[in-house]
Order: sequence, then C-alpha cells, then structure tokens
Amino acid sequence: MTLDLKKIAESYRAKVEDRRVIVCAGTACVANGALKLIDALKAEIEKAGISVRVDVHEENKTKKDMYLSKSGCHGFCQQGPLVTILPEDIFYVRVKPEDAAEIVEKTLKNHQIIDRLLFIEPADGKHAKSHDDIVFYKRQKRVSLKESGYICPEDIEEYISEGGYEGAKKAITSMTPDEICKLMLDSGLRGRGGAGFPTGKKWQFTLVNKSDVKYVVCNADEGDPGAFMDRSVMEGNPHAVIEGMLIAAKAIEATNGYIYCRAEYPLAVKRVRKAIEDARSLGILGKNVFGAGLSFDIEVMEGAGAFVCGEETALIHSIEGQRGMPTPKPPFPAKSGLFGKPTVINNVETLACVPLIMRNGAEWFKKLGSPTSAGTKTFALTGHVANTGLVEVPFGTTLREIIFNIGGGVTDDQGKPMPDGFKAVQIGGPSGACLTPEHLDIPIDFDTVKAYGAIVGSGGLVVMNKTTCMVAVARFFMQFTQSESCGKCVLCREGTKQMLAMLDDIMRGDADEETLVKLEELALAVSQGSLCGLGKTAPNPVLSTLKYFRHEYEAHVIKKKCPAGQCKALCAPEIDPAKCKGCTLCAKKCPVNAIEGAPGKIHKIDSEKCIKCGVCKETCKFGAVI
Amino acid sequence: MTGQTDAKLEQVCKIIEKHHSDGSKLIPILQEIQEVYRYLPEEVIDFTARKLKVPAAQVYGVATFYSHFALTPKGKYLVKVCNGTACHVKKSIPVLNAIVEKLKLSEGKMTTDDLLFTVETVSCLGACGLAPVLVINEDVHGMMTPTKAVAEIDKILAQEAAK
Amino acid sequence: MTTDKFVLVNGQEVPIEGEKNLLELIRKAGIEIPTLCYHPKLSVYGACRLCVVEIEGRGIQTSCSTEPEPGMKIKTHTPALRNIRKVAVELFLANHKVECPTCDQMGNCKLEEIARKLGVNEVRFKKKKDFRPADTGSVAIYRDPDKCVLCGQCVRYCKEIHGIGAIDFAFRGKDTYVTPAFDRSVGDGECVNCGQCAAVCPVGAIVVKKHISPVQKALDDKTKTVVVHMAPAVRIGIGEEFGLVAGPETTGKMVAALRKLGFDKVYDTVYAADLTIMEEGTEFVNRLTKGGVLPQFTSCCPGWIKFIEEYYPELLPNLSSCKSPQQMMGAVMRELLPEQLGVKNEDLFVVSVMPCTAKKFEIRRPEFEYTKGKRDTDEVITVQELARMIKGSGIDFANLKPEEFDMPLGDKTGAGVIFGVTGGVTEAALRFAVEKVTGKVIDAKDLDYKAVRGSEGLLEATLDVEGTKLRIAIVHGLSNAHTVCKELLNGEVKYDFIEVMTCPGGCINGGGQPIDFNQAAKIERRTKQIYEADKNMPRRKSQDNPAVIATYEKLLKEPCGEKSHHLLHTHYYKRNF
Repeated sequence: MTLDLKKIAESYRAKVEDRRVIVCAGTACVANGALKLIDALKAEIEKAGISVRVDVHEENKTKKDMYLSKSGCHGFCQQGPLVTILPEDIFYVRVKPEDAAEIVEKTLKNHQIIDRLLFIEPADGKHAKSHDDIVFYKRQKRVSLKESGYICPEDIEEYISEGGYEGAKKAITSMTPDEICKLMLDSGLRGRGGAGFPTGKKWQFTLVNKSDVKYVVCNADEGDPGAFMDRSVMEGNPHAVIEGMLIAAKAIEATNGYIYCRAEYPLAVKRVRKAIEDARSLGILGKNVFGAGLSFDIEVMEGAGAFVCGEETALIHSIEGQRGMPTPKPPFPAKSGLFGKPTVINNVETLACVPLIMRNGAEWFKKLGSPTSAGTKTFALTGHVANTGLVEVPFGTTLREIIFNIGGGVTDDQGKPMPDGFKAVQIGGPSGACLTPEHLDIPIDFDTVKAYGAIVGSGGLVVMNKTTCMVAVARFFMQFTQSESCGKCVLCREGTKQMLAMLDDIMRGDADEETLVKLEELALAVSQGSLCGLGKTAPNPVLSTLKYFRHEYEAHVIKKKCPAGQCKALCAPEIDPAKCKGCTLCAKKCPVNAIEGAPGKIHKIDSEKCIKCGVCKETCKFGAVI
Repeated sequence: MTGQTDAKLEQVCKIIEKHHSDGSKLIPILQEIQEVYRYLPEEVIDFTARKLKVPAAQVYGVATFYSHFALTPKGKYLVKVCNGTACHVKKSIPVLNAIVEKLKLSEGKMTTDDLLFTVETVSCLGACGLAPVLVINEDVHGMMTPTKAVAEIDKILAQEAAK
Repeated sequence: MTTDKFVLVNGQEVPIEGEKNLLELIRKAGIEIPTLCYHPKLSVYGACRLCVVEIEGRGIQTSCSTEPEPGMKIKTHTPALRNIRKVAVELFLANHKVECPTCDQMGNCKLEEIARKLGVNEVRFKKKKDFRPADTGSVAIYRDPDKCVLCGQCVRYCKEIHGIGAIDFAFRGKDTYVTPAFDRSVGDGECVNCGQCAAVCPVGAIVVKKHISPVQKALDDKTKTVVVHMAPAVRIGIGEEFGLVAGPETTGKMVAALRKLGFDKVYDTVYAADLTIMEEGTEFVNRLTKGGVLPQFTSCCPGWIKFIEEYYPELLPNLSSCKSPQQMMGAVMRELLPEQLGVKNEDLFVVSVMPCTAKKFEIRRPEFEYTKGKRDTDEVITVQELARMIKGSGIDFANLKPEEFDMPLGDKTGAGVIFGVTGGVTEAALRFAVEKVTGKVIDAKDLDYKAVRGSEGLLEATLDVEGTKLRIAIVHGLSNAHTVCKELLNGEVKYDFIEVMTCPGGCINGGGQPIDFNQAAKIERRTKQIYEADKNMPRRKSQDNPAVIATYEKLLKEPCGEKSHHLLHTHYYKRNF
C-alpha cells in the first residue's frame, strides 16, 4: 500500500498550534544554554497559565495555546541562543534563561516586542524585528537551509507537512532510474563536497554497472576546519538527506545506504539516527518503499577521526573496517566501490538539494545559479568579519557581496569594524587558496575560482584582515594537512612535512630566496603527483599565497621582516622617522635599553640589543614603531 | 579486580557478537570497546583480533590510524581545544597553552598523572560562531579566553576535591 | 594498421596484448619506468609515484594503476614527470637512514639504483634524525623501519599471498611505519619466517637475518669438525650471485668453494630428501591401504608447519609425521658421523645451506634437540649468506675447478633434487608410491609426472594407479593453503595427498635465495633449471639411491620402522599466537 503523505501532512497541520515559540537547538546554541532556556520558557509559560505543548505527538490530543519547539541550526551561531516567535515572526538573539519571564509577559501575552533582544545591524545600529529583516539573512537565498531553523528536526511529520518525501515518492513510484538521472543532469546539480562533479553523471555511471548489491553513501565527514554547513543540515533537516538518498537509491538501483558522519558531530549523529528510525517506522525506509518494490535501508557510521576519510576511496575503506588510505582511481566507486560493489558517494549538501529539484524541477534549480554552476551554495563565513555564520547564496554571487554586505564587513581582532582592513579571503579550506582584494568581484562558482588557483571546496570562507601574516596562514593549513595526511604516498606524506619545515624556516628567519624556489618546486610536484585529492590540493594554500603575496614571503626571507608583525622571530621593530615625535616613552619602557634618542629627537632601535618583545610598539602613541 | 576485568571482557564479547564478528565492522567495534575501557588495552586488541579473525597487526594499524582511538588510558575529563580555522584566527592556541600550563602538561604528555584530564586539540567542531571553542567531555564552552578556560578547569578540580 | 588496439607511447605505437596496466605495456616497449611499490602479483598500490605518466585528456596518472585503452596517448618523460620523480626520490632519501656502505641491501637497493638513474645528486630537504630501534627479535629476518620507503610490498605480500598479515602499517602521515601489533617483534607473532617480505623489499628495511658469524667461528675453531649440506634449490640459486648459470659445473664449484671455506665434509641434503620420500611415501601408502587419516599433508616446509599449527591445529593429524629433509639429515649425521669421522657429537658442528629463512626457525624448535643443548643442526645459512662468505674469503668462484660431494651422504637421485620446486615432492613421492602400490618398475620415459607440474597456486590432479584414483592437490602461497584447509574442514573437497610449500614456486623462490625483483622471471628460470637437473641425473627415483639403501640396511632396517620413528619422525603441536 502506498503511504499517503498528504494525509500525514493534513493531520499534522490539524494538530499543531499557530502560536509557536521556536528555540534553536543546534550545537552552538545548545552550548550557549538553549536547553536551559527551553526549560525556563516552559516553566514561565505554564506559570502564566498558558497551556503549552512541547511534543506535538503527545497523547493528549486537545489543542494547546502554543507549541514550544526546537529547531536545527540557523547558521548565525555567534548570536545564539536564537528564539523565533510565530506567527508574528519575531526573532530574538542572545536570549538567556533569565529573559524567559519577560518574553512570556511582554511578547507572548501582550504581543510587545522586546527591543533589547532584537538583533542590531552593525552597519547602521538599527533593530531588526524578524529574521528576514536582518541584512545577513535578507541578502541570502536560502533554499537548502530554508527549513533548518524552522521545522523541528526530530519530527518527520513536520517535514512531510512541508512537502517532504513527496519527491522521493514521485521518483520511486513514477519515474525510471534513467529519468531521475536525466533530471539531475538537466538541473545542473554538481557535487557540493569539493570537486563539483555533475551529480546526474555520477549516478548514470553507477546505474550502468549492474550488480545485485549497490550502495548510496552520504559523505558527512565534514572535516574542513571552519566549515559546518553539513552539520547544520543534518541537525536542522535530517530528513532532506534521507530523502535525497532514497531518490539516489532509485536512480542507481541501490539496495543499501550508509551515512558516514564525523563523530565530532554527536548531535547530528543523534538526529540522523532518529530520522532514520522514524522513516523506517513509516515504511519510508526498509522493504518495498512506497509499495513500489524498492528496498533500501540506511546505516549510520561514525568516523573515528581522520580528515582524509572525506576522500571517497578512503571513506570506503573506513566503512570496510580498514585504515582510511585512498586507492588510485580508476577503478571509480561507480564501478567498484564499497565492498567492491558499484557505489555512489554524495555529500550532505548535494543530497539535500536533490528533493528540492524533485519538488521544483530542474529549470527552477538551474535558474538559481550561474551558467556553469546551478543552484545555491552554502558558505561558512568566519574570521575577521562582522557576521560569521552560514551563508547560502546562488552560485555566481561575488565575494564582495558575501563579505561586505551579508558579512557586514571586515573587523579587527576585537571584532570592531575595520573598513579598509580587508587583506585576503581563504576559500575552500585546507585544499583551497587565498584570494585578494582584486578578486572581490569575480562571481564565485566552481569554474571561475579554479581559474584563480582556488576551489569552492566544501565552502569555507575565512576573512583575514591586514594584521594577518600570509605565510602564517599557509603554515596553519600546511600543519593541518600534514597531520591529516594518511601517509600512503610519498609526495603527500614527506612533501607536506618538508613544506611545513620550510614554512617554519621562513617564519623563523632561517630561510633564503633559494628556500622559496625549493618550496615552489616541491609544492608543484606534490600538487601534480600526489595520489589523492588531499595531497593534490595540500599545496594550494602555499601556491596561492606565493602567487598573490610573494612580496610577503620575500620580506621574510630577504629583509627578515614579517610585514604583518605576526612572526615573532622577525618582528625586530624599527622607528619611522616621519612619525616619531621624540617623546622618549618607548626608550623608557624598553626593558633592555635598546632605544636611543633624546627628547624631541627621532629615536632609533639598536637591533643588536633588541629582544623583539614588542613593548615599544605597544607604547608608541603615534604608530611610529613598525 | 579480576571480576571487573571479566565483566568488561564480557561486554567486549557482547559488542563483537552484536556486530556478528564481522571484521568490516572493526571501527564501530573498537569505538564501542573504547567506551568500555576509555582506551584500547593491548590484550583487548589481541582478543578482538582473534575473535574477528583479523590479524592483530591490522587491528593495531586501524587503531593507530584514527585519532579518536587511544592506546593509553585517557583522563576522566577529556578537554578538547578546537583549533579549526575560525578558532585559530580567534586565538585558540593561547587557550590551549593556558590549560596545558595549568595542568602541568607538555607536548608529549597530554594526560595528567592522576588520570583526571586529557587535553587534545581537534580541528573544527563545527561551532565556528562561538570561536574559540573548548569541549570538556560533552559540554561545549564557546568564546573562550585563557582565563575563562582555566576557570573551567578550576571548577572541575574543586568538584573533584569535594568528592 | 588501425590504432584501436594500440597505445601511443611517446609517439610510438605499442600494441595492447593483455597487459593489466600501462606500466607493463610501457616496459614492453623497452622504455624504463621506475617504481618501488609495484609488484605484478599484488594489488595495485600507487604510493611511490615514480611510475607517473601523462595521459592526454586525463593528466598525470600512475601507470601501474591505469588499464591500457586503445587510442590512449601517453608521454613518459615530460619535464613535469621528471620533476615529480626527482622530488619523490629526494623525499625518500631525506626520510631514509642512509648508511649505504654498511647496509645489508647494498648492491641490490632499488632506491639507490633509481636515484642514480634519475641523476639525483643532492637531497635538498631536511634529513631525518631520530631513528627507531630495529626489530632484531626474529631468527629469519631483520627489520629496520628507518630504511623503509613504505612501498607496502611486504605488507601486501604477507596479507595477499599468504593470508597472514603479520606486519601492517601503523599510525599515519609522517609517523607511518610497518610493524607487528604494538611494536612487538615479528618473531613473536604469526610470522611463518618465509622471508618473502625481505625478498620483495626494495631497500634494506627487511633483510634476511645473517648467521655467518657463528659458522665462521666454528670454522675457525680447530677442535670442531664442521660439516655442511645444502638443499636442492641452493645449487639452482648460488650461480646467480656470481653471474653463472645453474648446472653441474656451478654445483661443483660450490662444493669446491665450501671446501675452500674450511668445511670438513660437504654433503647433500638431497640424500635426506630421498630418505624423506622413503618415509613419507611409505607413510602415505600405509594410510592409503590401511585406512589412515587422509589426505596426507607434506611436512617438509617449515613455514607451512608453523602455519598449520597456528591456524588449523585440527588438521595436524593429516600432517605427515616425517621430519623435513634438513632435520632428517641432522639426525642421521648425529647418528652416523661420530663413528665414521671419529668425532664426538659435541665437536661435530652441522651447518646447512638453505634457500629458506624458515629453516633458521626450524632448527631451533625444541623437539629438534638431539641431546639437550645440542641441536640436530647447529646453524643455517642461506644462499645469500654463503655467497657473502665466499666473496668475503677472496675466493674466485667463477674460476674454481668443480669438485664432488663427500660420500655416502652426498649421494642422490633426481627425485630428491626436484624437492626444490612446487610439485616436486609430490612427483618424487609418486615415483616411489606407484612402484610400491603396483609392484612394477616405472619405465624411465614415464618418470615425468607432468600433471603435477605447473605454476598455479592450487593445482589439482587425479592419477589413476591401477584403478586406484589418487586425488592430489599441490599448493604454494599460503592463501591457497587457507583455501584448501577451509574447504577440507567444510567437507567441500576430498583429496588423498596434499603438498604445501609456503613460497610461490617452491624453494627455488625461497626467502634466502639471491635477490631478484622479477619474481615471475626468476621462478620460471629456476623451475626450468631444476627440472633440467633432475633429467640429467643417472638415478631419478629415491628408492634407487645407494646411500639410502645402505642406510636402511645398516641403521634403519625399514621405512617407518622403529628406528625411523625415533630418528626421522616427530610430532607437531597446536600453537597460539
């Protein structure tokens, strides 16, 4: 018998209250006390004599006055815990349990807005009443993140009431595998995990390889430091991933599914497990799904701490119980993947797009993005930027839009606006590259950024202000890839180690121009010759900074100076004669009497005596110590 | 002591049985065993290898490949300092250094002698909005500073002393 | 000529003729491509990155992992490829404990050879300084992880060819190294001491453990009478160390060299191989005719013995109770030589020269003590070690005048000689058993049992002996032994006689043989040579060996009799690891 999704949706809508208080219960908001906030809200609401429902499926069928629910991540974590109140659509930020009484009294009972809990735009200091009034959200195009932050991720019925699983039902009951593959191909959907391979094509390649057992694997091993869009989707809308996998299963004639999730995301694991159970109990997973003969079930496996397992062959070996060491391709997983069977591996975000394409059509999706990269992409915007968080925008959006409009501009270390402070943005995580002010207006899509030596990757965007040393940035990423290299192929294993050693030499002042030549030659060999994607892209942070910030490297090795003043060993201070007023303050503070100069006269630092403690720089009121 | 050892080994047997002695389930099996012992003792690895009919060298290879597995006992409190990109640019290393100094640890020694604390760095916990982030067992602490981090450690020390 | 069956290599059309990968195809075209991790019998690994080529439309790929496709256009030596190879070799060397002059692999080191050929004359990267201790705990092999290039050939060989996995990679990234679990010695685990890991190791990270010193010490000790005997496959291998082809000439030179080294008597293990056939053949005929436990497994390979003790103790009753030829030789010598040579057993020092590293383990098994504290065989040296002793003593091997073995324990037949190749023990046993069962002498032209010759890892043959069907299996490579044992235990197969050799190809490819990285070629060459040696022997059946006949007359009385039982047979035990 076919499952009647419409009926489930109707019955859900009939029982849920219009008045609703939604508290974000993503990882970050929970860390900030969201669960305590929920308890406080519940207590206060009940104290006020209002009946409140906390679980929409509770036995008592009578309608309550309101529904207090949890949601997944809104992607605006620094402002958490976040509270949304419906139907007015009031959006409160940084809410504390102590605020509960006031919210109940003023907003829930008397429909008043509490100004102090609203978000204040950093640009103009104005209060934003609802989610969509905030520039950070207003300028985004939230498609795959739309439901996260609104629906209850632990409630399959609510997902269904939003049209969920209709796409899977359509695919499974009325489409052929070829038709589904073609739809994905027509939509222009490309893999969100890094390389941007057309999803439809990947599915077609797997479909043609006949086998009694085939696998759909969801790659949820989001390991890029500074990227958390997959976590957000799994925490906020896990059923979208499952639905995407079901559609993929039909498209490639798969029998089994795996979700390989980072163990660092316990909440995501919990929500996904719950979602699978719920789907199973409705018959959406298991034998004879939607009565159409498809049998498909999903197992969750937690990673054990290896970034390289994001690489698909390594991920396969990890599921097989082995060391996560990549193997050469071909053979591609489409032909010989998990346990030697044809396997499709898609990333979380990619799979979450699939039901939307089913629901809204290929044309709709295609129109969202740029000519070569359809749809939207979620970026994790972090670093020296006013609004950090998840930003979903159509492909083709410029970095300027993301950093300066949505992100609210560049900040200093303390988070204060730094209008001319933009130096670089690191895109694509440890496999990516650093782009510069001159790249701010290029449209971001898979192919454009590639032309600049960068990759979209999983979508990390780290904004860096002018106090950042680009050599140190390259070193940070190299340290990461070096420690995450699986150790199989010599170029990546030894190459990353040697590149790191060279970067250390450069930062310590132990390098010369020859080091840069050597570094570049090594980086090139590693990028061209490594076995897997991790090794091939590991040199990108080095190569891109060498390309766009060569002068900084040269300053380190020739002048033995760190222009950003970050590399301690190279921070011998000097006094700018044009700025020095001869106030003598620095000379007085210098612990080793390395500064000479009489009052009113230009001061000078004796580099022999100087211990590079930086006190003079901190002391100078005129910015004369550089 | 022996009784306790046997009880734990029995749990290991149950874990292996639950996974049908399937060698391909080695990683979840080791994860569950580590929950029992809080690390992977040598004799338990050998035992598991025999049960699964997987060479001990291979099990050792897997156990040492993945950073979550520990071959030496970990502390009661696992302190993870996130050093993902966002946390790094927001100065996670000073936070780490403060904790290391507070607990008198060093680079090769990240577990206290009383087995109360183990300190680790992790690359990104996906809570970048709260950078820099510190996780003690299951509890996430955001927007850390060296002072705040040491205060969290002190809190635990006080709790433990009160016991 | 159409291009659809060709690959264009540097503009040259190279036909695709069933090559598994581009590397094989390129080599066929006469173009040399370096590699450290490729082994044609093992799974593709792709870690050394030296065999990279540029494929039009696909970019840079490793040739070892890419299947040739018609119309492919590849280049093998572009500037980018040269840079990758050079950088890779420099990276290997930077992470390598460079002690070439004293390294055991000197002269056979592939890393050295490749570095020289690629013109790598400096290492611009930081060199490794902290070293790990070497694993000295095995009697068969010596492991120095700091020389390891992590090519994984040893790991894959042990796992894939033998189904053992005694060593594996541990840790990851720059900290990766090859080791048994928990840094234990490889000698303490499931390792069967076959030494194939040393045979495939392209560098000096795993080498045969050398026991030259104790032998030299005995030779230098005037109070000792030092006797030596060498296994059939030794005469096949030894010439390769001196650029000579195997044959009676080379064997004679080896005998001469041994005398020059100071050995008092030079005997032949082949005598004991013939003796083994008498015992094992009789044991088999007895089992066959008197309803004993079948199938009967051969017991001359010490790697196999340790394997069955560890993995299939329930099949131990199937194992022939015969000692290996080496151990029979030792036991007979200890029995006969004191009187013959007028020497006390404690002054008799018995050395065997073997193609095998597991023999070093075998002599130390507690059950092979003749009298307490004095082993049947005092020391085993491999072909590699013998060659080193000869070279170290300034002996001009190539120009030695061939000499004869000492008698009577130097007498032999062709049946004993083919013990050194897979299928050989079976063939020798058949030459005995068929005569015994039928009571008729086999015609000289019928002595070649072609059905039990071949290179398959698991060869099955059925022989009709006057209406009795003998079902035989011949196994080499222990993965195949796993298969056969499991099938036997599950009742899926039925055999009467099963020969098992650990090393693929048999003892001619033993871990102690001269190093030759081309496994297929060396097995083929040495197999041919050993059958040739058999063919040229005046006697080709063990039962015709005069020394063997005399031994039974004087000492043993009858095969499998009481004296034999005491001297030539043993027990095997379940072994935990």
